[in-house]
Amino acid sequence: MSRLDESERELNVLGSLNGALHSILGDDDRVVVLGEDLLDPYGGAFKVTRGLSDAYPDRVLTTPISEAGFTGVAVGMAMRGLRPVVEIMFGDFLMLAADQLLNHASKYTWMYEGKVDVPLVVRTPMGGRRGYGPTHSQSIEKHFIGMPGLVVVAPSVFHDPGALLRTAVVDDDRPVLFVENKLMYARPLRRIQGGRVGDMAARVDDARYPTVTLSYDDFRDADVTLVAYGGMAELAARAAERLLLDDEVVCEIVLPSSLNPLDLTPVRQSLARSGRLVVCEEAAPIASWGSEMIARVSAEAFDLLEAAPVKVAARNLPIANTRDLERAILPQESDIVAAVTRAIGSHTTPVHLAG
Amino acid sequence: MTDPTTERSPKARFDSLSGSVDERLYSQMTLIRQFEERLLQLFEGGELFGTTHCCIGQEADAVGILNHLDERDIVFSNHRCHGHFLVYGDRPELLMAEMMGKAGGLVGGRGGSQHICYHGFHSNGVQGGIVPNAVGMAMAEKLKGTGGMAVVFLGDGTLGQGVVYEALNLASLWSAPVLFVIEDNQWAQSTPVEKELAGDMVARGRAFGIRSGEITSTDASEIYAHFADIVASVRETGRPRFEVVHTYRLCHHSKSDDKRPREQVEARRVGDPVPLLARRLDPSVVARLDAEAGRRVTEAEEHARSLPFPDPSTLEDSLVSAR
Ligand SMILES: Cc1ncc(C[n+]2csc(CCOP(=O)(O)OP(=O)(O)O)c2C)c(N)n1
Ligand SMILES: [Mg+2]
Repeated sequence: MSRLDESERELNVLGSLNGALHSILGDDDRVVVLGEDLLDPYGGAFKVTRGLSDAYPDRVLTTPISEAGFTGVAVGMAMRGLRPVVEIMFGDFLMLAADQLLNHASKYTWMYEGKVDVPLVVRTPMGGRRGYGPTHSQSIEKHFIGMPGLVVVAPSVFHDPGALLRTAVVDDDRPVLFVENKLMYARPLRRIQGGRVGDMAARVDDARYPTVTLSYDDFRDADVTLVAYGGMAELAARAAERLLLDDEVVCEIVLPSSLNPLDLTPVRQSLARSGRLVVCEEAAPIASWGSEMIARVSAEAFDLLEAAPVKVAARNLPIANTRDLERAILPQESDIVAAVTRAIGSHTTPVHLAG
Repeated sequence: MTDPTTERSPKARFDSLSGSVDERLYSQMTLIRQFEERLLQLFEGGELFGTTHCCIGQEADAVGILNHLDERDIVFSNHRCHGHFLVYGDRPELLMAEMMGKAGGLVGGRGGSQHICYHGFHSNGVQGGIVPNAVGMAMAEKLKGTGGMAVVFLGDGTLGQGVVYEALNLASLWSAPVLFVIEDNQWAQSTPVEKELAGDMVARGRAFGIRSGEITSTDASEIYAHFADIVASVRETGRPRFEVVHTYRLCHHSKSDDKRPREQVEARRVGDPVPLLARRLDPSVVARLDAEAGRRVTEAEEHARSLPFPDPSTLEDSLVSAR
């Protein structure tokens, strides 16, 4: 099999990403793909790279188990005019390449006063809910969002993941960490058409990595703004639907795809209508992306807040293997519903809700 | 000030110098030596800020190896990079300005002594991570078909970093045209080699199927001759090579931090590469080359002093490259 079949590619996140890689490799011979177990017929642990090595054998390189080494090689390739795409098999292994991102890729352009580019993309699956246990289920992108010079992008089903990946590889000369929630691979894309997706009105800003905002009330009014990214996007949308049907609570959902840099504008616009903020993420709760979001909204948009912000995140624990424990650790739809209820009921007390 | 035909090619520049090979090697070594001695004076006088790592005693490596490279090639150096840069770029005024943190320094004062970039020359102060970067750069030249190769410098102490071995493995697997140069100066900061390194240095390269060798020398002509074939073979075969140069650092690790046994350091002064080569030359030639280099260092210092410090309003510049 050389490619995912057409219908699959149309429908789900995996197909969108795989199709994008095929077309990027076809369009631009500076693109090189590196990572563990990428070669066909295996085609990568999550099959995002399926068919690539059959089609482009010279530019798809399977690597030894050397995350620091091959990420470092890709950094060097990027500095000399190639556009490498690195796959880290599980996001949990990204720490092995952290020095390459922190002290090499994210430094060179600025440190050398613009004498080199590092147009590198490191893509990796993150997240749990698949029973892979403590070291194969984490969402550790939060450790990488505070690095000046490193862009962190995370698509959701409401974005076009393939288009975002193409932008990162072809149009962005900065190093990009591209985070793919692994549960999302099999999920169908929720395409925005005519300003709507399902029962929701949808707005997409014109940022390079756009923020999608969804509303159940045509952006007229809202009780709560839910901010989420990646795999939490669908969970937030499902919670919002339940809140509307069961409790007549109107949520707006703001879904940034650029975690760093972070543009607060769409969040502010929604808060102007709702006055209440609930931030949803799958990561462990301490010093997280949600913490940053709440800190910035509190500092920069305090006047818009009518209630204390609420954060939904994982419990501050490793992620267990067995299903009931994993479920108790990771944030669920019901946690978002509860957080929204708290936000509506609360006026002054900061609340931290864990799953 | 710069000649466009030799600006990016150490080899072309070296070939264009007048005098015997020894004289030309000497002219470069005396420039490096006097440049670094001036730096140390400036630090002592409180005129430089931060830290620096001089290569006093190891100058023969820089001149012996890098004069074989041409405009297609790439160098990745480490914290101890002044000598390497001066041979590659021959622009003491740019390095001096960088050391003084001036706008118009190699990277506008952003990098300082250990983070510089000039055409195909780069350095970074984190031990180990530059090694895969150099392999990737060599791979890129190979994929682009430019005929370029990379040289990366690492010390004996940096053989302790795991990523070095990942990079050796990848370079061999993928046939990257890269030369790994291990400058074994017997010390890593304050740690002697016998407390940091088990086993054999050369065997490390061989274990990955990389042609590996060693030379024990501080004689610039000997090192220059030794590396002529090595550089040529990387280019011809497109395969990596791994070469250990056993040498010695005659100065502090950085500044005023030398706690090594005095007797050991003094005993190694007989190998000082600068007088070693000077002894083979006509004293009047040596005097002339020393004076010329001294004048260039003074000019570099004056030039650097004349430059302004960078304006903080430029801080957001170069978030992406100007290319
Ligand atoms: C990852 C890392 N660890 C520690 C240091 C601090 N450090 C700078 S130079 C050095 C010693 C390096 O020894 P060696 O590789 O032998 O090079 P030499 O200084 O002798 O040229 C150390 C420990 C560093 N720069 N990077
Ligand atoms: Mg050493």
